[in-house]
This record gives sequence, structure tokens and C-alpha cells, in this order.
Amino acid sequence: MSAGVEYEPVIGLEIHVQLKTRTKMFCCCELSFGDEPNVHTCPRCLGLPGTLPAVNAQAVHYGIMIGLALGCEIAPRSQFHRKNYFYPDLPKGYQISQYDVPICGPGRLGEVRIHRVHLEEDAAKLVHVGQSGRIHGADRSFVDFNRGGTPLAEIVTEPDLHSADDAREWLTLLRTTLRAIGVSDVNMEEGSLRCDANVSLRPRGSTTLGTKTELKNMNSFRFLAQGVKAEIERQTQLLRAGQEVTQETLHFDPASGRITSLRSKEEAHDYRYFPEPDLVPLVVDAAMLEAARAELPELPSARAERFEQTLGLPRDRARDLAFRTELADFYEDTVAAGGAAADPVAVANWIPALVERIGSDGDPAQSRVTPAALAALVAMVVSKSVNQTAARDVLSMLVESGGDPARIVEREGLGAIDAADSGLAEIVAAAIAANPDAAEKVRGGNMKATGPLVGYVMRETKGRADGGEITRLIREQLGP
Amino acid sequence: MLDLTAAAAAAAIAAGELDPAEYFELYRGRAAADELNAFSWVASEPASGGFKRDAPLAGLPLGVKDLFCTEGVPTQAGSKILEGYRPPYTATVVEKLFDAGATLLGKTNQDEFAMGSSNENCAFGPVRNPWDHSRVPGGSSGGSAAAVAGGLVPWALGTDTGGSIRQPAAFCGIVGLKPTYGSCSRYGMIAFASSLDQAGPLTRDVTDSALLFRHMVGQDANDSTSLAFPEEIRLPTGQDLSGVRLGVPEELLATEGGIDPGVRANFDAALEIARGLGATVQACHLPHAQHALSAYYIIAPAEASANLARFDGVRFGLRVEGDGDLTSMYSRTRSVGFGAEVKRRIMLGTYALSSGYYDAYYGTAQRVRTKIADDFKTAFSEFDFIVTPTAPTTAFELGSKSADPLAMYLNDYCTVPMSLAGIPAISIPSGVSDGLPVGLQLAGPSFSENRILDAAYALERAIGFDGSVARGGSAR
Repeated sequence: MSAGVEYEPVIGLEIHVQLKTRTKMFCCCELSFGDEPNVHTCPRCLGLPGTLPAVNAQAVHYGIMIGLALGCEIAPRSQFHRKNYFYPDLPKGYQISQYDVPICGPGRLGEVRIHRVHLEEDAAKLVHVGQSGRIHGADRSFVDFNRGGTPLAEIVTEPDLHSADDAREWLTLLRTTLRAIGVSDVNMEEGSLRCDANVSLRPRGSTTLGTKTELKNMNSFRFLAQGVKAEIERQTQLLRAGQEVTQETLHFDPASGRITSLRSKEEAHDYRYFPEPDLVPLVVDAAMLEAARAELPELPSARAERFEQTLGLPRDRARDLAFRTELADFYEDTVAAGGAAADPVAVANWIPALVERIGSDGDPAQSRVTPAALAALVAMVVSKSVNQTAARDVLSMLVESGGDPARIVEREGLGAIDAADSGLAEIVAAAIAANPDAAEKVRGGNMKATGPLVGYVMRETKGRADGGEITRLIREQLGP
Repeated sequence: MLDLTAAAAAAAIAAGELDPAEYFELYRGRAAADELNAFSWVASEPASGGFKRDAPLAGLPLGVKDLFCTEGVPTQAGSKILEGYRPPYTATVVEKLFDAGATLLGKTNQDEFAMGSSNENCAFGPVRNPWDHSRVPGGSSGGSAAAVAGGLVPWALGTDTGGSIRQPAAFCGIVGLKPTYGSCSRYGMIAFASSLDQAGPLTRDVTDSALLFRHMVGQDANDSTSLAFPEEIRLPTGQDLSGVRLGVPEELLATEGGIDPGVRANFDAALEIARGLGATVQACHLPHAQHALSAYYIIAPAEASANLARFDGVRFGLRVEGDGDLTSMYSRTRSVGFGAEVKRRIMLGTYALSSGYYDAYYGTAQRVRTKIADDFKTAFSEFDFIVTPTAPTTAFELGSKSADPLAMYLNDYCTVPMSLAGIPAISIPSGVSDGLPVGLQLAGPSFSENRILDAAYALERAIGFDGSVARGGSAR
């Protein structure tokens, strides 16, 4: 390979999702986040001699739900395996995972094929005490077993992604889907959603895969995009310089933007997988499948489709809403509150304005604005009884202190001047008289010159006049 | 009092004819004066709460193999790596027996992590055979077998992975039952080879075995491989063996197993007694049985290599500090903590599971295991039970096989096939050869324990073995 060749990035993701069960994967300890270390432990999750695992039925149920949501084949009979390696965060010296017969087989989400989904237990958490906060240079390391044994679903995609932004966008869709079905908090910062990326390059047009590297544990969507971008850049430079990519596991440091090697292929573990003799095969029967299916809500991708097809939203707006369940829910509640007269497209246009006012991560349902209030406001805009500018002010007031938009409009005197109000025509005439230059230009056919005229009317009406009506009157009075 | 079987003592206590405190004290005193090294720990008094009333096993002292976790009581599994370890919980099977009224008398010595056939692989010294103190009691449940045979405890719990109940029972002249895999919970039993380990009773006679086993069985939510036993365990009443078809597997009696002539003669005599009771005795075939030992020594070490990974010095048990890094701490702890046989099996198992070797070793061994289970199924379509000598020899001299692991492994030649098939088998004393007990093994299909116990009971009465000499010769 050499300079001048165009390379295509090929990216596959491995995602670990902590399941939101009440208890751990193989024992009865409660799940927790942020509690005192080592309070949620028992002989089983500490790996004490003589203990045996017992499978958490809720975790299996969630595993099936994930499989169904990702369109996977659900294995009627799957197998747990032991993955053997020594580390202090792994109390038994092996992780109970799934290997050659996972609970979910091939599926698809959006443009990306799913290779498999399997269930396993999370490791405990190591706490390194020292200046770096990382293992290198730590004075001491402690183990907190609260997290040890948390149920995990590992989702592995096929290498169907081709840019860092695609990867980030697809992971957002996955997160929304998992959040919508309620199986996980899917919070990257708290570690309930963790993502590794396998990255390789190949000459554009080629169908064979290049040597891949594995980029570990990027703990935010931004870092995922940055890390993958940096790795694509690193590999591109290597290949352009005529060097080869080595198969290895890498760590991306978001602070410095640097990528460092964790271990090479030669140093890779031999995990000595073998079937877990303490557990019988995991059998999923028709009743379990039905129970999981019954609990699945409409999935975000299907919802986006419906918003587009049935409610007539533009594709991007439909996705923006559907891929954030709380927005989609509030949107639909608002449309419903508006009754038969509601205009779904107009309502959709007002959701971003609301999000802008409550903060981009906010949940409208938690704000002071009720769906009925927003529906009423949008209806007033549609019927032109309040203009856009005034409506935005009303929305701000609703976010601030709630209430009924009609009353706010009345109280603040923000109602649009009635189109039939003869007063408006007189104000327009006054505006023309006060701005002869602009009036002349408009008369000459330059409609862009109406600015000073509209501004005059708005000042006079305290912004309550309808922009469209003003323009109509200007045309009428200055007519061709 | 010493000559009472556990069942007889239970009846006497229930009838108010025997004082449980006096009975406990008799055995406590004998166990405390143990010259066999059968016990690793002896209770100084009955467990708090005293003796239960109105419980089926009320007031019966129990010996518990040190592989079972007992809350607050040392549980060392014969290993230096667990020296002084006191678990925070009690094994399900032990808990069930306590619930039924049994009282813990002591924990019995064993081969380290149940790996051995002589009890010489014990970090706390070898156990001696009460019939001859220069000989081994068998293993790995040697402490339990020696304690029961020597009259240091009325009965005891053992575990059997490839013969660890049956072979020491045979060497010590007592009864040992290896139940159907899954009939007793393994929760709290320190794992050697998870797919093979089973708890079982070591008792003076067949009735005691049935009584103890009755209170051990049951499905346990804590052990997903446990199964509900399909029927209640009855006390045996078999009078004869009329209509019973016994199969003698030629493959297990072939020379490779090295059956000792005295054992063989005793076995043939036992078959004559069986015929006299009305049984038919015919040769049968278990075509893959001669490969059982090879498969076993792949599967058991493979599982053990993972099961023993938790002994890493991090959370419990022995820790030998390293040079400030993790690897040297791991390596020193395990080097010092594990004995030679355990290390040998960890290495065997790790090798067998390694990438590139897995299918050739572990995969093949599992296929052999399936074939052996099929052999038994076929045999049981023609025969009620398979009978063999339990072990190829009688108890051997301490130290005589320690240097030769393969010779030691051959002790399990006749017991391992049943373990791989997961089926129940009992060893009962069938007589003596040169003054040492010989064991007869009866194996049946899964969950045929009631029938096995009945047949063993009929044979036991007809054989009339007297084990009292091992208890110090007190006359019956």
C-alpha cells in the first residue's frame, strides 16, 4: 500500500450493557451505583469456596427482549461457558459468559447487522489509589465487589460502519432502543453502556478486511467518535508510509488524544473457554418468548417511520423525536391533547423550541409545560391568534412558571391584532408615510425593502401583528 | 452403645432408652482421642441449641468431610491454602441433616480438594486405616471412612467424584453410597470436578446409608444441576435377590485393571452368595469402560483447573506476599498453598483446555463420556445392576504408591465409569482378604437408589460381614 490510495474505514462495535435487574446475574445481591464499597456482596459473588451460580430469570428476560428489539434469532437452548483468567476483579478466576451458543443470533438494527448478543456477569471494580488514578503509578489498588456479578448483555455488530460519525450515530440509535425497552440505564458516564470499537482500513472498493485493532472502553459518545477518528488517522498514516497495522488492543486517552497499546496479539489471553458445568443449558421456551414480546414497546426506528408516514413529519424531524423516547412521548401526548384539530407537523416544530428552553438533556414531562398547554399554544399559532414571536415569549413564560397560554396571552396583551381590525391598515399607512424611501423601493418591486415598514408596524403594535397580514397590507397599499 | 448402628441409636433415642448427651460424649471422646488422624476438627460440645427433639435424626452425631462448608467451623479441604478458613455459611446437604436433628461431631480429613485415592495427599497428614494402621484408608473421603469404621463417629458424609466414597468404604469395610448425579445439592461443597462431584453417606450398614441419604436428597435452588428425587428414600427390606439380573462387565475385570487374586476370589464368592439369593449372574459388556479412566483424567482436571482458580490469595485463605506485584503474589500463594497432586491436576487441566488442544483432549473425553453413559443404558436394558469389585486391591501400605500417580489412579478403574455416567453405585463389604476388607460395588440406572439399597441389604445379610474388629474388637 502506498500514498495516493483511498482507504475506507471498516468499524464494528462491541457494546456491553448493564441490565437494570434488581439483583445480580448469579446471586441475590442488589445492584447499586455509588454505594459504600463491598456492601452488596455475598458468598456467591465473592466466589467463596463451595458456592454455585443461579441464573437471574429477569436478566434472561431482558436478554430475550434485547434480541427481539434487534431482530435477532433467539436460541431455544444456549450455553454458559467459563472464560478463565486471573485478575483481582474476577473473584472466581473465571467469568461466566457465553461462547459458541449465545442466547441471541444474527439480527439487525438500522443499517448495521448484529452478529450476536450474549449474557455474562460484570467484573468487580478496581480502585487505584495514587496521583494518576490509573493502575500505572498507583500506590495501592482496592477491589469493590458491589459491581461484580452485575448482569451484562454483550452486543456484537458486524463491521458495517464506515466512519466515526456513523459509529456515534448508530450507537445513539442503539442506546435509544435499549432505553425504550427499559432494560438498562444505558449511561456511558456511569458505565452502564460501554463500547469497544474494532477498526481496520482497506483500499476503497476492496472487499477483504484489513488488520484490525481493538479500541477499548470509550466512555462517552464524544470520546467514541474522537477515538475512532484518531485511530483511522493513525492507521491511514501507517499505511501511507508503507507500514503495516499490527493487531493489538489499544487505549484512547481523550485528554491527550493519544492512542497507546494495551497488549499485542501475542500477549492475548488464552481464555480456555469450556462449558460451565455448574449451570444447565439455558432453555428459552415459547412462553418466555411471548412474555418478552408482550413487553416490547414500539421501537424507536418503527416510531420514526410512523411519525414520517402517518403524521407527515420530515424524516429528520421524525428521527430526532423518535430517537429520544421522552421527546417522542411528550410530542405524542401534545398531539393527543390538541384533539382532532391538532396539527402534528406544527406541534413537531415547537418541540425543539421547548427543548432549547429546558436544556438539551431535559425531559419535557418533567418541566412546567403540560402537553395540553403546548397544544393550546400551537393551536393559537396555527389560528394566527398569536404570532410566532409572541408565542416564543409565551413558551418561555410557560417554562418559567407554567400556566394556561391563553391567559398569559391575555394578561400580557400578546394577542395578535385581528386581521380584520381596520386599525392595522391605518398603522401600515402611517408606516409608509414615515418611510418614503423604503416605500419607493417596494413600489419599484423590491419586496426585500419592506423591513423598515414591518418594523414600524411591529413597534406600533407591540409585536402583536401577524407578519403575513402586514406584508399583505403593504402590497395592497403600495400595489403594483 | 458403640455397637449400635445409627438407625438403632435413633430408635433408642426416640424411645427414651438412650441419652443423646451420653451418646454424643462417647463419640466425642473417641474422636478427640483419634489415633487415625481421621478428624481435622472435633466439636468440644454439641452445637448450640442442644439436641433437637422430635426430629428423625435427633441426637445423632455426624462426621462431615472437610470439603463441606460449615459456618464458623474450620473448613480446609485438606489443603494448606485453606488452613484455618471458617466459611460464613453451611452447605445445603449439611444444613438439611442439621435440620433433621443431626449434630456435628467433627470435620474429617481428606485428600486435598478430594484429589487422591489414599488420603496421603492431605496437608494435615495421612489418615490411617483402622484395620491396619500401616495402611491407607483409601480416598479421598478417607477420614470419613476411617472414622466410621474405627467407631469414632456413627456415620459420616463423604463426596465422590471418581470413587472417593466407594473406594475408602471398601478399604475400611463399611458401606458407601455414591448417589445419582444431581440428587443431592452441591451448594457449599467445595468443588473439585463440578460435573462429577456428588455427596453421599459413609455408614456401618446399608440401612444407615438409606437413612442418612433420605435426609440429604432434594432439589436446591442454589444448585441448578440438582434434581428432585422422584420418590422417597425407603429403609431397605430386601430379603433375597430372586429375579434380579446381575451383569459382570468383562472389560472392568480384565487384567488391565490389575484385580488382585484375593479380591477376585472374594468377588466370585460374593457372586455365589448372590446366586444363592436367587439372582442370575451373567457377563455383560461396557465396550468403552476401559477408556473411562483416560476420559476422567481429562474432564476432572479440566474442571478442577477452573474451580481452583479462586484460591488466589486475594479474598480468603492463605496469601504469600509477592514482590509488590500481582503475579508474584498469585504464584507464591499457589505454589506454597497447593500440594503436588493438586498442582499436577491443575496443569493437566489447564493444558487440556488450551487453545489448539481443547478438541483433541476435552472434546474427545466428553465424547467418550457420552459413549460410556450409552453403554450403561444398553446394559441396563438387560440387567438390573452392574456388579464389580469396588477397588482392584485391598488397602495398601502407606507410601507404597505415592511415587507412581498412574498406579494410584488405577484404584478408580472400577468406580470412574459410573461417575462419568452420573449413575448411582454402592460399595458394601463382601468379606476379607488377608485380613483386610474387600468391597463389592453395585451400580444401577439413575434414581434406582431404593432398588440398589434393597439388593445391597439382602446381600449384606447373607454375607454377614463383621466390622467390629476395626472399632477395637468389642463383641457384638
